[in-house]
Amino acid sequence: MAAVTDTPKRGGIRPLWIAGLIAALVLAGFVSYYASASPDGLEKVAADHGIDKRTEDHAAKDSPLADYQTKDVGDARLSGGLAGVIGVGATLALGTGVFWVVRRRPRADEG
Amino acid sequence: MHVPDGFIDAPVSVAAGAVAAAAVAVSLRGARRELDERTAPLAGLVSAFIFAVQMLNFPVAAGTSGHLLGGALAAILVGPYTGVLCVSVVLLIQGVLFADGGLTALGVNITDMAIVTVVVAYALFRALVKVLPNGRGGVTSAAFVAALVSVPAAAVAFTGIYALGGTTDVALGKVFTAMVGVHVLIGIGEAVITAATVGAVIAVRPDLVHGARDLRRPLELKEATV
Repeated sequence: MAAVTDTPKRGGIRPLWIAGLIAALVLAGFVSYYASASPDGLEKVAADHGIDKRTEDHAAKDSPLADYQTKDVGDARLSGGLAGVIGVGATLALGTGVFWVVRRRPRADEG
Repeated sequence: MHVPDGFIDAPVSVAAGAVAAAAVAVSLRGARRELDERTAPLAGLVSAFIFAVQMLNFPVAAGTSGHLLGGALAAILVGPYTGVLCVSVVLLIQGVLFADGGLTALGVNITDMAIVTVVVAYALFRALVKVLPNGRGGVTSAAFVAALVSVPAAAVAFTGIYALGGTTDVALGKVFTAMVGVHVLIGIGEAVITAATVGAVIAVRPDLVHGARDLRRPLELKEATV
């Protein structure tokens, strides 16, 4: 039993995980304030050529985080930064949850 | 490149939703082989990192910006099946919480930004890794090119979907030329970010980079047990 114990002993993932999370939080929480506000490639092409004539309002346009701003937070830097940090947290939680459920369990199942 | 509601008609949006759902189902099965108790938390982090970097629009031309799509990055770091899921999670969060990317267009967005980018980037990456010199430089260069090509590939996919179900009547040649043109420029940014990130992770933990497993194969053989 338990033939599959090939986990290499090369150290934990924690240092890399923490470094990556800090990077994500800094990028979404602070650096995002300095991002270009110009329309992105699709938005620009759509506006230039009229692809967007029938655009509909977003169903979540009244979301408290719509357009990466936190509702009722006046300061633009804080409002956007907070939205970014919440987004990183939400994505991390959903992604980790999905991947943890999907992962291979340590038991003998020949692949 | 988030498509809002109303660009693509209902039948094609539904069809793209079905394609996306099927791809996610296949990816959920495939990701099982790519994920264990060490890599699953890293894959969650890759999702969060892509969300963060997608907020960082960089200027590409007069009055136009672009941002990372992340399919290439995710596929190379944690594997292609997991990569599709990483980007899909980001698109779902963006659509539901941030009103970015229409909810009826979620299938369209997953199809061009999660599936097409991952499939194109990963296929190209694998091919390039075989012909480039083995080592960190080879893997990083392959990541650069794969990421660069994946963005105009997504633009081509959007044009195809628009051809099938666009709600407006714009000449396809115009859409194709404009979309591919600007997304080649955005692809350069995608390539720089992807190569820098893959290179940085390989520098510290090559054993945790899915696309760099070949680099550590000789090491693994030595410690292999029966």
